[in-house]
Amino acid sequence: MVVEEREITVGGDARPARFTSYDVEDFPVPTGREEEWRFTPLKRLKGLLKGADADGKVQIDVDGLGDGVTVTSIERDHPLVGSVLSPVERISAIAFAGFTSGTLISVAKRAVVEQPVTVTLRGEGGTAYGHLVLDVGDEASATIVLDHSGSATYAQNVEIRVGANASLTLVTVQDWARDTVHVGYHAALVGRDARFRSFTVTLGGDLVRLAPTVRYAGSGGDAELHGLVFADAGQHLEHRTLIDHETPKCRSRVAYKVALQGEGAHTVWIGDVVVRKAAEGIDTYELNRNLVLSEGARADSVPNLELETGEVEGAGHASTTGRFDDQQLFYLQSRGIPAVEARRMVVRAFFAEVIAKVPVEHLRDRLTGQIEAELEGSGV
Amino acid sequence: MSTLEIRDLHVAVEDKQILNGVDLSVSSGEIHAIMGPNGSGKSTLAYAIAGHPKYTITRGSVTLDGADVLDMTVDERARAGLFLAMQYPVEVPGVSVSNFLRTAVTAVRGEAPKIRTWGKDVKNVMTKLQMDPTFAERSVNEGFSGGEKKRHEIVQLDLLRPKIAILDETDSGLDVDALRTVSEGVVRVHAESNLGVLLITHYTRILRYIKPQFVHVMSAGRIVEEGGEELAAQLEDEGYARFGGGPVLTPAEPRPSVDGVLPGASGGGN
Repeated sequence: MVVEEREITVGGDARPARFTSYDVEDFPVPTGREEEWRFTPLKRLKGLLKGADADGKVQIDVDGLGDGVTVTSIERDHPLVGSVLSPVERISAIAFAGFTSGTLISVAKRAVVEQPVTVTLRGEGGTAYGHLVLDVGDEASATIVLDHSGSATYAQNVEIRVGANASLTLVTVQDWARDTVHVGYHAALVGRDARFRSFTVTLGGDLVRLAPTVRYAGSGGDAELHGLVFADAGQHLEHRTLIDHETPKCRSRVAYKVALQGEGAHTVWIGDVVVRKAAEGIDTYELNRNLVLSEGARADSVPNLELETGEVEGAGHASTTGRFDDQQLFYLQSRGIPAVEARRMVVRAFFAEVIAKVPVEHLRDRLTGQIEAELEGSGV
Repeated sequence: MSTLEIRDLHVAVEDKQILNGVDLSVSSGEIHAIMGPNGSGKSTLAYAIAGHPKYTITRGSVTLDGADVLDMTVDERARAGLFLAMQYPVEVPGVSVSNFLRTAVTAVRGEAPKIRTWGKDVKNVMTKLQMDPTFAERSVNEGFSGGEKKRHEIVQLDLLRPKIAILDETDSGLDVDALRTVSEGVVRVHAESNLGVLLITHYTRILRYIKPQFVHVMSAGRIVEEGGEELAAQLEDEGYARFGGGPVLTPAEPRPSVDGVLPGASGGGN
């Protein structure tokens, strides 16, 4: 079933919207040569491409429910299911077809929720398919944390609806056990004059491949996608962001900071921004910084900005991949600071800026602690 | 009483020989000036003593109170009591000045400074160097002007209290007021802690504030002439012409800071 297949014909070089379908068979099994799959080690997807049976479980618990926040178990025929996200890849379609019960978290209109709502998703082994809908009503304000942990082979669709004039801060933490495979599609629809700030923190797992996407439902929307990624030996951590500007006067910022260490550590960042003809007056900037801490680690970084109109406030991108700055290390060491401590100072500083922006104190402390643990375990 | 002994020091950068046998001895309380034309090897000497990995020692020795400096890592040299005030202090985004100073002082003293007095101590030192104490919360050297970077170097000198300090073109890029402030800071630390100073400069103007007892002229990677303060005066009059360089007196316009860029393979500062 093809739900939506738009052709953008305005302007000479418009790119068509991505093909979407709920029918798994509409997406051939990738060979690995496709542009969107060429970085991913398909063999390590543990059968997700073939639609392995859902023989496992990811246990979901929600904590911090206050006034104006409700949690509901939903079926596939719920009107909000499929309202923001339509599968663009085979695994997304498989997850859509495969989930038995979804979770809807609703924030009522005009509710101002101070305390963060924490959704823990704990893998208990085996293959599982998940569907999550986060619905933030008009003029509401909330912080939602998706905290992934445990062991799983997990394909997941997350639909995020931020109402007009609303504000949502979404923190997703991928703190999986070392053997976990997690393929997630996180699609946000940002309302008129709404604000969406997200923090994607990926530390654990064997293979994590997340596709956070943003569309805007009206003008004046503001989306920030921050990323903090730390890959150790053998981990494949891939993030593919897409900002699709179709409406005027919106703003988007993407900033992913990635550190890698150890043999076979592999990170991928694909940053797509499409600015369509109607999206006049938008302001977009995307940034990816990769800090390679040891030999044998590899960071791929592909920023891609497509402009169908030149009438924009700003549009730019930057990508850097580098090892430690020897001058910085020399300077710190020349003040008596031992080499190991100097390197750690530089790595801490690299992530400190992102962590400082996370609006939940205990999460900031936890992330700082996890970066320390990564450094402890590394011999960096 | 400490002594830094440099004997027959030969240094190469990327297979190019820059220093060709430098002999020099600096003891506590002494102030030595090393002068010389561009490319004579002054900055190479400074970085080689501090242990920058780009510089290879091909012959000779450097000892501090008999201990082999060349056998030490960069941080060990600093903890042994050496300090290099850099011509181009490096920016370290995300590391605050206060965190940096505290980590450095902890490393050099071997124990963390007392929390009760530390904040006040830093503020005092910064104030003496006319550095706004709000700089403590900024990233190390990031967005600092040339003068602010040099003041920050001397703040570190004051807090770390090394035995021997090498000041590499500390006067470059400073206006008269900043030059006076920075120089007064060096003179004060020298007086308070019996610091030994090795002052590297192209120009004589800083010597009006920091009076050297010993002046050494470098040329082509060697010390070619030595004397007292009168030698600096003579250089001011005659320039470096007989050492293969130009006039001394007129400083170049302060150049924009070039962060993270060390003197090139020519070994010359400015």
